[in-house]
Amino acid sequence: MSEYSVIISNISKSYGDVSAVKNISVNIKKGELFGLIGPDGGGKTTLIRILTTLLKTDTGNATVEGFDILKEYKKIRQIIGYMPGRFSLYQDLTVEENLSFFASVFGTTIEKNYALIKDIYSHIEPFKKRKAGDLSGGMKQKLALSCALIHKPKVLFLDEPTTGVDAVSRKEFWEMLKNLQQYQITIIVSTPYMDEAGLCDRVALMQQGKILSIDSPLNISKQFNKTLFSVKTENKFKLLTDLRNYENMNSVNAFGQYIHYTDLSNSNETNKLEEYLKVKNHTVIKIKKINPTIEDCFIELMKQ
Amino acid sequence: MKSFLSFVKKEFYHIFRDKKTMLILFGIPIAQVLLFGFVITSEIKNVKIAVWDKSNDYITQEITNKITSSGFFELNTIINHQSEIEKTFKKGKVREVIIFEHDFAKKLHKEKKANIQLIADASDANSANMIANYTKGIISNYMIKHNEKIKLPLQIITKERMLYNESLKDVYMFVPGIMAMILMLVSAMMTSISVAREKEMGTMEVILVSPLKPIQILLGKVTPYLALSIINAVIIIALGYFVFQMPIIGSLSLLMSETILFILLALSLGILISTAAANQQVAMFISMFALLLPTILLSGFIFPIENMPLILQWISAIMPPKYYIIILKNIMLKGTGLLFVWKETLILIVMTFFFILLSAKKFKIRLE
Repeated sequence: MSEYSVIISNISKSYGDVSAVKNISVNIKKGELFGLIGPDGGGKTTLIRILTTLLKTDTGNATVEGFDILKEYKKIRQIIGYMPGRFSLYQDLTVEENLSFFASVFGTTIEKNYALIKDIYSHIEPFKKRKAGDLSGGMKQKLALSCALIHKPKVLFLDEPTTGVDAVSRKEFWEMLKNLQQYQITIIVSTPYMDEAGLCDRVALMQQGKILSIDSPLNISKQFNKTLFSVKTENKFKLLTDLRNYENMNSVNAFGQYIHYTDLSNSNETNKLEEYLKVKNHTVIKIKKINPTIEDCFIELMKQ
Repeated sequence: MKSFLSFVKKEFYHIFRDKKTMLILFGIPIAQVLLFGFVITSEIKNVKIAVWDKSNDYITQEITNKITSSGFFELNTIINHQSEIEKTFKKGKVREVIIFEHDFAKKLHKEKKANIQLIADASDANSANMIANYTKGIISNYMIKHNEKIKLPLQIITKERMLYNESLKDVYMFVPGIMAMILMLVSAMMTSISVAREKEMGTMEVILVSPLKPIQILLGKVTPYLALSIINAVIIIALGYFVFQMPIIGSLSLLMSETILFILLALSLGILISTAAANQQVAMFISMFALLLPTILLSGFIFPIENMPLILQWISAIMPPKYYIIILKNIMLKGTGLLFVWKETLILIVMTFFFILLSAKKFKIRLE
């Protein structure tokens, strides 16, 4: 048995003239929580659909648990769980009916695999007589995850599961995914949220159909070889333009209320910068050295 | 098998929980049978007429009495002047004016010839024709009775009999046509919409990424509608039989088997449509234009196929409802057995298999 659950080699896929996935190769280990991180249109959904046998590749090949995605797609469909980006359950069926339908489609019952979904399903079980269409966004996601898990899949594919879900539910959702790892389920999850990347074992940063980098979140952060400062003054907009015009400037990016800044000298020295900002009439200047986040790395990688 | 059954169960949930679906399934068929049966009728009954009797003698009065007591006509206005004819028609109620010439009886006896003019409102051409023919028939009937004493040297007498529909009831025409139309609508349109809905809602994506086989998905979609369409067929036949006295002379079991065959054909057509339609609206549109209109116009339901231009006759030859209507009329009105409709039955069977094979081939196991 190979140590890899999913092996992707040189996959390309285009829709007409638009190429969605360009020559991607990744190996994903068994039981790994693997994140596909990147902005919309990065090719995440296409890649997931290829691996779930919903789309054919133009070139290249991939295997899921040793099965070829083209020739042995029927076998793959027995052992994977899939949660599409859009809420895709029957809105006119109740919570319980949805779950038992998907259980019987996979030849199992709710009772048989209840242990696996207990942590997730217990949140929505009080509403099991409610129509799926009447659930809140967070509850819908939990139901969809339960339905995707009910047959104890070996590989679980989640396409942007937390898009459109509130912050608390998002946190809960990721905790659930973490918990699932004890069952040796390989989880491949895509997300546009950089802050979720840190929760994965390994991530692939995707942009315009290409993978910019694959590594653990920690190693990706380490790749960031510049000294990073977070800067704040009373006038954010003026600060942004002033920093961009600063002679030593290397990169300037807005991060919420703060501005992440690196300069060419790459020293820990901040006095010169502070002087410059004072000259530019900024008050309440706060400059702090910080550790780079995945997002900093991603933006840096995108520039290269 | 268990996953197939739960798929069927799920389909029934969809149908029973959607009020609109239920209305289309059961409300529309009943409403349509009643509408066609009661409202849309070209039978002559109590047609309002006006009479301008310039002669007003015993013969003209006798003829007028004959006409108005026939049950087909009802005397509405007496006219005394040329200008009143136009006025009466324009009011819209009177459909025919009968004019007797001056000295009608006198001329008839002296010259052996007298004239009656019939003016019919031909803004509705078909019924104007029928009204005039009915009137002529009554008048010539009267003449034959009147001449009984006189021996003519040679005489040809035609006697008509309208076999299989002695009283020329429209309902005998409409019930088979409506059955074909409704079964087509319910079976084909509803299945194609329900498959298209899964595509639209994204649930098809999840269903595809599951061990369900395409044949299980398709049969699961079809089975509930097969059951409901059979119920529908029974309702229509019962309505025709009890409300409109539509006879069923032939075997009821043969009638039902042919009906089930036709439902299967319509369902396979529905599946075929759904493989081409990406969403519910497209599915509905194709069903409407590709199935419903041809069923009404080209199947011989309303317009006789023999009167169509040759090219339309050819097109009508590939319309499944045409054969089903022929079979229905044969069984219900003539009481013939399978021996007389085997050709049409065979055509329906071949078409069904063709559509099933084609949709199985076109069914996409992936998203593209």
